[in-house]
Amino acid sequence: MVELEEAISNEKLVELYREMVRVRLFDDKMGEFYARGLCPGTLHLSTGQEAVAVGVCANLTKEDLVTSTHRAHAHTIAKGTPMNVTAAEILGKVTGCCRGRGGTMHLSWPSEGMLYSSSIVGAGAPLAVGAGLSATLRKTNQVIASFFGDGAANTGGFHESLNLASIWKLPVIFVCENNLYAISVSAKRSTSVKDIAVRAKAYNMPGFVIDGNDVIEVYITARIAVERARKDEGPTLIEAKTYRHHGHYYGDPGTSYRTKEEVEEWKKRDPIIRHRKYLLERTIISEEQLNNIDKEVEAEVAEAEKFAIDSKFPGPEELERFVF
Amino acid sequence: MSTQREINMADALNEAMREEMRRDTAVILMGEDVGVLGGVYGVSKGLLDEFGSERVRDTPISEDGFVGAGIGAAITGLNPIVEIMYPDFLPCAMNQITNHMAKLRYMTGGQLTVSLTIRSAIIQGRGSGADHAQTLIPWFVQTPGLKVVVPSTPYDAKGLLKTAIRDKAPVMFFETAKLYLNKGLVPEDEYLIPFGKADIKREGTDLTIVAICNLVLEALEAAKELEKEGIKAEVVDPRTLVPLDKETIINSVKKTNRLVVVDNNPSACGVAAEIAAIVAEEAFDYLDGPIMRVATLQIPEPVAPTLIKLMLPNKEKIVAAAKKLL
Repeated sequence: MVELEEAISNEKLVELYREMVRVRLFDDKMGEFYARGLCPGTLHLSTGQEAVAVGVCANLTKEDLVTSTHRAHAHTIAKGTPMNVTAAEILGKVTGCCRGRGGTMHLSWPSEGMLYSSSIVGAGAPLAVGAGLSATLRKTNQVIASFFGDGAANTGGFHESLNLASIWKLPVIFVCENNLYAISVSAKRSTSVKDIAVRAKAYNMPGFVIDGNDVIEVYITARIAVERARKDEGPTLIEAKTYRHHGHYYGDPGTSYRTKEEVEEWKKRDPIIRHRKYLLERTIISEEQLNNIDKEVEAEVAEAEKFAIDSKFPGPEELERFVF
Repeated sequence: MSTQREINMADALNEAMREEMRRDTAVILMGEDVGVLGGVYGVSKGLLDEFGSERVRDTPISEDGFVGAGIGAAITGLNPIVEIMYPDFLPCAMNQITNHMAKLRYMTGGQLTVSLTIRSAIIQGRGSGADHAQTLIPWFVQTPGLKVVVPSTPYDAKGLLKTAIRDKAPVMFFETAKLYLNKGLVPEDEYLIPFGKADIKREGTDLTIVAICNLVLEALEAAKELEKEGIKAEVVDPRTLVPLDKETIINSVKKTNRLVVVDNNPSACGVAAEIAAIVAEEAFDYLDGPIMRVATLQIPEPVAPTLIKLMLPNKEKIVAAAKKLL
């Protein structure tokens, strides 16, 4: 692991920082949109979990594919979907990536490899298996990363998908973002094993339990899995332990089922602060340069905000398009 | 005019898949027992030998998983046919069908195309119990985004399955196992049957009988029975329920002024209910009597033959319904 860490270029380390800040500030803006009453439906933010999406996606090419969940913004942005079409979609605008039909939980931008986010817990994994089968049969050498939470690891679809990916040796990486709670239910009360990754053994594939708030560890582990997949060696299950700073949805303080101490403890392990410290301690980049990155991202978010706010809602001519 | 031969429906369906798999390497087949066994009714026999195990895949018993995989493959460039042995097993995959297969194109604003066909064989009336007896067709008709196909003859089955495989939209293709060995004329040359075109299986002037699947055959038998009494029944087979050829049904009713709708589903919110409602809305002035529905009873299907007979639509029930109108 140490060797692998040393092999990461400084440019990549800085890119990981920038990407996490992009996800964080984008989500912050979406929270603000919601508070202003601009978002139809509900909103699930990834604040605190950015390292998982960013560390995995940093290993993927544009052609590689991602399936995501109801908590979809991080994967969508990290996989390269422009912020403006993502923000517009979350507001239900016709300029959104799904023309205002998908919204926050159903983001898709296949041209950059963001295949689909399914809000049905556990339902994205079978889609990833099919995409993996397709990549294998069409000989495209694509890798598919399927993100899901700890709650999904108890669905039938998850287990069926791991089995299918294993028997068919598909290039799929199953990435469990274990944020310890399925809405309010602690994984301790819902899940038979302490580490979900041990379930990999039952499906004859490697399983890794990692610190999901350490972007470097996520990046290195995902790279091992991507290389395996790329060489037709089959699927991998990665369990990244992490934590959401918000509750399940925006506006849920998340403290009726979690202690304030626990939330505060995890906030101290904020992946962005941690990585920033790492970069500064190793003098990979100066504080001023980091602040400049933050400002650049703020400008990008502001541009996306303007685009989304200024965009129109779909008109009646859109209603029945694309039913078939 | 090409040469025709008499083949059964299972062979007609097999030809449809074989021809489409030869035409396009993106077409693959997945399902339980479709490979080595060639399907529990032999519908896919020989396909594994011709196309290999990459394209003809025996799956584990994981309907949710492999239907989802079929969708994932469809949205990334393949054109899968997924077989779910019996419609009773479709509920195991219903999440993927109703939330993904039907809706991904709409929900992504047209970015994704779900070119997937699900085939399933109805075994209603076989005496295998209530969980090996349903069609569940109305569930799919009520799910926006799915096309629904219900053939009754070998000719229709082949031409419609080829259209289904080529259609970019997701298609639910319902076969009827008891029709597999029924023979009919099928051209040697390639042909396709467009969706949304009903077929008048028998012309008549006194009443219209609309029926689907094997019940088309019961309706034709009923029409023969009625003819003995001088009643000329027209039998209309919609062939596809989504899209539905309303025009042919309504034109027939305008001619006959009487309608019996026969359905292999319970009457509540069923296929017959929908067709009856359309005719009531759009051709009310042409009706000389109430629209009669001959549907299954609203009960789970029992095993005892005596009870199955009471439960399912048949020739006698269709004749009785027709006579009430005349």
